[in-house]
Amino acid sequence: MGNRRRFLKKKPGEGHVPSPSLFQKYALTTPDTRPAIFSFCTDPSSLPDWQWMACYLTTGKHMSIYWSVLTVLLLLAITAPAALAFGFAGASAARSRIAPLSWLGKGYIAIVRGVPDIAFFLFFVIALDQMIEYVRHRALCPDWSEPIRQGNDFVVCAAAKMPLGTAPQWVHETYGFFTAVFTFAIVFGAFAANVLFGAMRAVPRAQLETAEAYGMSPRQTFMRVLVPQMWVYALPGLSNLWMVLIKATPLLFLLGVEDIVYWARELGGTKTERFTEYPHGDWRMWYFLALLVFYLLFTRASEVVLERIMARLTLGQATTGGEAQRKAA
Amino acid sequence: MSCVQTIADYGLRAIGIGERLLPREDFTLCQQFTLIGSGMIWNVYFGLLALIFGFFFATALAIGKASAKPLFRKPAEWFIFLFRGSPLFIQFFFAYFVFLSLKGVYPFFSPFTAAWLGALIVLFLNTAAYSAEIFYGALQSIPKGEIEAADAYGLSGWSRFRRVVWPTMLRLAWPAYTNEAIFLFHATTLVYFSGFPAWQQRGDALYYASYFADKTFNPFIPYPILAMYFILLTLLIISCFGLVNTRLNRHLPANTGQKLKLRPNLIR
Repeated sequence: MGNRRRFLKKKPGEGHVPSPSLFQKYALTTPDTRPAIFSFCTDPSSLPDWQWMACYLTTGKHMSIYWSVLTVLLLLAITAPAALAFGFAGASAARSRIAPLSWLGKGYIAIVRGVPDIAFFLFFVIALDQMIEYVRHRALCPDWSEPIRQGNDFVVCAAAKMPLGTAPQWVHETYGFFTAVFTFAIVFGAFAANVLFGAMRAVPRAQLETAEAYGMSPRQTFMRVLVPQMWVYALPGLSNLWMVLIKATPLLFLLGVEDIVYWARELGGTKTERFTEYPHGDWRMWYFLALLVFYLLFTRASEVVLERIMARLTLGQATTGGEAQRKAA
Repeated sequence: MSCVQTIADYGLRAIGIGERLLPREDFTLCQQFTLIGSGMIWNVYFGLLALIFGFFFATALAIGKASAKPLFRKPAEWFIFLFRGSPLFIQFFFAYFVFLSLKGVYPFFSPFTAAWLGALIVLFLNTAAYSAEIFYGALQSIPKGEIEAADAYGLSGWSRFRRVVWPTMLRLAWPAYTNEAIFLFHATTLVYFSGFPAWQQRGDALYYASYFADKTFNPFIPYPILAMYFILLTLLIISCFGLVNTRLNRHLPANTGQKLKLRPNLIR
């Protein structure tokens, strides 16, 4: 009856874990019709161990977990620039000379940082969804007379639903994904704003005074002198933030996106012969071990790349790091 | 039902005292404040115990990492890398399923699959790794003069560590360690969302907040209540750690003492 989001719909007493929608449940119990990658996979029960494993790891459902790794990478690729943009806007607002704008920027940084992030994730997905539907409701159904909040339900007209009830499944999934991206961008934007705000203050005051002495307007000083110089100071903080962002990606699971955590739980659970050709015991431990290794490798690779970027950026800078490089050479 | 009655029924619900059933409809503000507040018991329990045990383990790890002997250094480095390089969320899941598998073989492990012990162990190891990195950084930046002075006084080994190295390490690490503590308390909200079941619906503050948000489909009341509790908790942590900070810096002239600076507390 109410307009509850599909992935937040739960039966009472069920664990607080997003449960799959009817569609997904159906999809999970249908037999795997995709042709096998290896030709020897026709009768898995008679295969030797390594071939069994090769067939097992290339079933259609396993393809989903590999795809979800790409989802994580896609999330990172979209969120990182978006969070940077939010951070830049927040930091610029916080150091604005117009008081209300400055309060807005500082308030944004303080509130998002003061509250556990996971609470923010859970809160934002619903709040954002309701906000969009409320605005659409106001715009599309002006002659609707009933209140939107009826007791415990949030009711908007059918035309205002987002996405529309008739939309295909992939639209729902894409919408869910982009809500998640937006939520990540807001939360990490606040952290980025904090880093950039500090970096903007770290640019030597004399640089800005010189710009003013040349007759630049505040806007010109900001765009031409402050912004190009702040990146060196911001990079250590931003690279730290990148590491934290990587480690926050499993939280996608809580936002109802079918990510690697979801699939690891699905695929690892005990499978009996009735439902699959590849029966096995409870393997969730090994699936999560694989995820743990994946994240360790990913953070390690990022560390190496970021160290190189930092070395490249400090080259020739009048900082301690740059001086050390000069002496070593 | 009056608010006093609600508090009597649900004030200790998170640890299983009081009314058995959670409210199902006609949620009042009082119920939400009471239940979410009662969930905070678990957040404080996890945070406090992990912090206390983690502190000692972190000191040992930091000394190990600073050691010249690879026998001590390598394990400490690997431990710190393992816990700082992977998401806490995955660590919770992994630990839960490991304990679950072990439970099948040895019944001894059955309490480990419950949140009060299993999640506490994960949080303890995790915060030990993060704090160890902070303490290691502090160990590296102890002024050379202080060690030389200790040597000149004839101090060595344990007494040098106990009287000179350790207090200075704590003094230098304290601002960052305060952030780590805040951070740890925020991380405790992950426990009941990561495999560990909330037995008889005894959960932490976020568990109840999301319960209300799911039931009323109105996130604008329970989550701000949760935020308020956490901001109060954060302020409490800052003031407690501030007291310790003043004590650690009491020998320094007032103006050179380090001020506690609040720096980012991020997700792990």
